[in-house]
Amino acid sequence: MASAFSATKFAAHPFNTISPTSQNKPLKIPTAASPFLGSTRKLLRLTSQLNLSRRSSGSVFAVSDVVKEKKPTPTPSLLITKGEGLVLYEDMVLGRAFEDMCAQMYYRGKMFGFVHLYNGQEAVSTGFIKLLKQQDSVVSTYRDHVHALSKGVPARAVMSELFGKTTGCCRGQGGSMHMFSSEHNVIGGFAFIGEGIPVATGAAFTSKYKREVLKEADCDHVTLAFFGDGTCNNGQFYECLNMAALWKLPIVFVVENNLWAIGMSHLRATSDPEIYKKGPAFGMPGVHVDGMDVLKVREVAKEAIARARRGEGPTLVECETYRFRGHSLADPDELRDPAEKAHYAARDPIAALKKYLIENNLSGEAELKAIDKKIDELLEDAVEFADESPLPPRSQLLENVFADPKGFGIGPDGRYRCEDPKFTEGTAHV
Amino acid sequence: MAAIFQGVGAAAALSSLPSNSFDSNKSVFSPRRSFSVRKGASFAVVRSDGTVNLNPKGRRTQQLIPNAVATKADSAAASSSSKPGHELLLFEALLEGLEEEMERDPRVCVMGEDVGHYGGSYKVTKGLAKKFGDLRVLDTPIAENSFTGMGIGAAMTGLRPVVEGMNMGFLLLAFNQISNNCGMLHYTSGGQFTIPIVIRGPGGVGRQLGAEHSQRLESYFQSIPGIQMVACSTPYNAKGLMKAAIRSENPVILFEHVLLYNLKERIPDEDYICNLEEAEMVRPGEHVTILTYSRMRYHVMQAAKTLVNKGYDPEVIDIRSLKPFDLYTIGNSVKKTHRVLIVEECMRTGGIGASLTAAITENFNDYLDAPIVCLSSQDVPTPYAGTLEEVTVVQPAQIVTAVEQLCQ
Repeated sequence: MASAFSATKFAAHPFNTISPTSQNKPLKIPTAASPFLGSTRKLLRLTSQLNLSRRSSGSVFAVSDVVKEKKPTPTPSLLITKGEGLVLYEDMVLGRAFEDMCAQMYYRGKMFGFVHLYNGQEAVSTGFIKLLKQQDSVVSTYRDHVHALSKGVPARAVMSELFGKTTGCCRGQGGSMHMFSSEHNVIGGFAFIGEGIPVATGAAFTSKYKREVLKEADCDHVTLAFFGDGTCNNGQFYECLNMAALWKLPIVFVVENNLWAIGMSHLRATSDPEIYKKGPAFGMPGVHVDGMDVLKVREVAKEAIARARRGEGPTLVECETYRFRGHSLADPDELRDPAEKAHYAARDPIAALKKYLIENNLSGEAELKAIDKKIDELLEDAVEFADESPLPPRSQLLENVFADPKGFGIGPDGRYRCEDPKFTEGTAHV
Repeated sequence: MAAIFQGVGAAAALSSLPSNSFDSNKSVFSPRRSFSVRKGASFAVVRSDGTVNLNPKGRRTQQLIPNAVATKADSAAASSSSKPGHELLLFEALLEGLEEEMERDPRVCVMGEDVGHYGGSYKVTKGLAKKFGDLRVLDTPIAENSFTGMGIGAAMTGLRPVVEGMNMGFLLLAFNQISNNCGMLHYTSGGQFTIPIVIRGPGGVGRQLGAEHSQRLESYFQSIPGIQMVACSTPYNAKGLMKAAIRSENPVILFEHVLLYNLKERIPDEDYICNLEEAEMVRPGEHVTILTYSRMRYHVMQAAKTLVNKGYDPEVIDIRSLKPFDLYTIGNSVKKTHRVLIVEECMRTGGIGASLTAAITENFNDYLDAPIVCLSSQDVPTPYAGTLEEVTVVQPAQIVTAVEQLCQ
């Protein structure tokens, strides 16, 4: 079948099973799939008939109807207003610059452990999360810094968390892989892939429960679950697709298919690599979208989120995207073909949006550069804040183990252990 | 002494017990047995007339005498002897506690396999789906890891779910969610999200249920930080612990036992809870402290009968709180008797008894006149054959022997 994936297989793959001669084939740039919005040639054609790489097989969701329903803009042929465009741009630049700063800080010894950077995938986070309300929830995996930022968690809080300071969003107790914010409804941050999807399903369940059992009629909170291609071979993914479709939960499953799970190519790990096709098997629409194009992602996201809000149930959205850096800062990233990397680098979502904004007179070079500068300053402030923040004191050690610290039990002297003064010092024996 | 009844599981479908299982146990006397069996008592159970009827309606039970189970007065409620109360079976007590909490707080919901229309494999959720609806009493597909995780996500976003493992052993599939998310997310989120979930289900060695349906998951879960574990053993503490667990802001795992669901007791009419962190003084005594929980409590009480006749005065404590241990009640007892016997159903290696031994040694070593003796199940996958199954689990005669040796 014609597939964007076969085109991105690179020559150096030793166990290429698609074609024995592929080793000699040059890398083909997929043209049949998603026309790149940044190209002005295709712009006008796109806006009239939004071809989002619809596949002929299965009950793939038809998205083109969305465009007809959207609010009228001053320039009807464009997908976004200037205001929206600048919001998207700023968010993506924030994500990129933040991750670059993370890398810097890591190599300077300010943060440790496993740090997974999101460079290149910003369009997915921005495209989806900027459509959400505060009460909507986002659940992610360990590659969660940018999801948290897009949802509204301050860069200061995220950077402090990475530095392990007590002013971090999780008081320094979570780290890179566990970004949480009850204020912004960011429900993780999970280290094991797949383990966040049931939690997201639970958050969606609560939304439905509130509406139907607690009779909060206007509760239409939506949950987005972000995860990667590797996760799509995990049992929890399928179990949750089943439950979400069964109970029509207000959730959108967003697959960030960057083709690689550390060093395991998606094609080597998956019998049928077209993940979106697995949606209809569970009774929900499955959509494939070019994840390097924020406007396309946004259009798909709009309809998927609206569908969930209306109570029609979940959607599976597969975003074809790419991470410019290795799996984590510890990954030497030797397996991926430089040609593949170059191919996707040419589809940098930020560059693409910038081009779109300028070419459609939504913004100018100066304005965008000003945004770049603003973000740089924001990040410097965030790093400074994190640097100057205090490390967690010993007394913090036991504070959040239990919501009700009586859970530590009754000590030999008859008092609850949490009443022991040493407990608040963090030196109590528990 | 209280007579005990070891009932069959209410759902015949799950516990496929031959109706003469007791008789076959009784008839097999291995001459190699090192302990004698008292005439008239089987290895495990005192029955009222020596037969067991599988039909739940026709079941013959012997009522538990409330006085013999001297429950500790709880701070939250009056003691059980203040009012006549009402009589019910343990599974009905759990159901009552659950129903009362669901009426009290609309955020309390139930999730699990066959909890709704089927009423629960052990009837603990019988009638609830009709009363509260299919969303509040949710029949889940067979996906333990995911629906436990779903319960955790629901708990984090404002609900108070009670997740049922149809058999505790099935929760091995949910270990990812229980360990990583249930136990840890309050901490890794810096306290931003609470997880007031209750995970409950029947475990323990039943009547020839086979190895995989006879597991003791308390030993596997005990290391998980951030959770509390309690084990119920009487209708009184079953209802009390269920209610306390639901009201707790911490994630609580409530261990029930497959063979205890048909215990009958008179419990108070008024609202009461049992403190999650406290142990229960079952029988005060002077000579030896016997620490136990769940079904082994009844083996211990059976052995206590024998011991009393032989002139011993054991103090029996049902520890109830498996994590954390109530070191106050336990400690006071150790300081009084100076001898400790732990009787548990966990395996020898790494069980609750092992942890309890360590905790007592650490805290009360000076008060001990003898090494702590811990009687546990054998490190054997529970065999199907009744004779073998019996031997893997601690029997009253072993308890008697252990006390006699301890008190020399």
